[in-house]
Amino acid sequence: MSVGTVVDWLAAVALVSGALLSLAAGIGVLRFPDVLDRMHAATKPQVLGVLLLLVGLALRLRTAADLGMIVLVGVFQLATAPVAAQMIGRAAYRSGRVDRSLLDVDELAEHRPEEGDSRPERDGSRPERGEQRRGGSRSGPGE
Amino acid sequence: MTGASSPRPAGRRRDQLIALGWLVVVWNLLWGHFSPANVLTGLLVGGAVLLFFPLPSVSFGGRLRPRAVLVLAGTFVTELVSASIHVAAIAVRPGFRPRGAIIGVPLRVRTDLNLALTAELISLVPGTLIVEVDREAGVLYVHVLDVRSPADLTGSRDRILAVEERIVRAVGSEAELRQLTTAPTEAP
Repeated sequence: MSVGTVVDWLAAVALVSGALLSLAAGIGVLRFPDVLDRMHAATKPQVLGVLLLLVGLALRLRTAADLGMIVLVGVFQLATAPVAAQMIGRAAYRSGRVDRSLLDVDELAEHRPEEGDSRPERDGSRPERGEQRRGGSRSGPGE
Repeated sequence: MTGASSPRPAGRRRDQLIALGWLVVVWNLLWGHFSPANVLTGLLVGGAVLLFFPLPSVSFGGRLRPRAVLVLAGTFVTELVSASIHVAAIAVRPGFRPRGAIIGVPLRVRTDLNLALTAELISLVPGTLIVEVDREAGVLYVHVLDVRSPADLTGSRDRILAVEERIVRAVGSEAELRQLTTAPTEAP
């Protein structure tokens, strides 16, 4: 077997496994019950999946111009995916769209009441979610 | 081993020059080839970007340690692969509802750079997702997927602190390294 054939096979393996990971990510987005869980599926297998696809492409194309572009895509992918994930996760948490019944521990909720003033966002718009956990300190919202 | 760091006012200019250099490289890569005309237009565009979108200066007091950088990159790739497979398996397992948790992890080195790098690497690895960053206190609030026991939580905590340690070993200053060893690790 020539070197070219071996590289082509490596490229095929990388492309297929990258595609499978992306498929698993898509299934995860559909199946996970909560925003935060879905963010795991939406941002994470995609990182390795896209990287594998890029490696596969690079192995197959093998020209300098394409390699430069592929490296750029990979770098920006790695740099931006966590930022997007964090912004969505934070927005979901702050607006109370997190299913707390799925959380075993929430140290952020324990931490936030003291410093809530520094955040002028819409904490007040959906108070019923946050109160469930720290309900012990007051005498119930209904009274 | 040189303990003296470069004076800060000059450092700002140097940082911008480095950024300009990278922007020129990116510009040329986008065009697909390096040529004098691309370098020239890259300098113009890069200069305009730096002029109109100035970034807060990042203090980089450390130095690169090539070996530690390799360890960091190698461990990252390993964790990325194993964690990706883990999350993918959870995603396709029929009838399985993963439970999560949000844990607060206080970092030992509280510089902006360390905070950002640690958050970035943790976010890239599946299974952990940054929900909130407390910049003043240097605490990362991380959502962990597929928690089954308290041992999983301490495991995640240790893993995040290990990531921080590898980053500091790779790019941190001597003082930050000392902070790493002297600062008390939070007891599980």
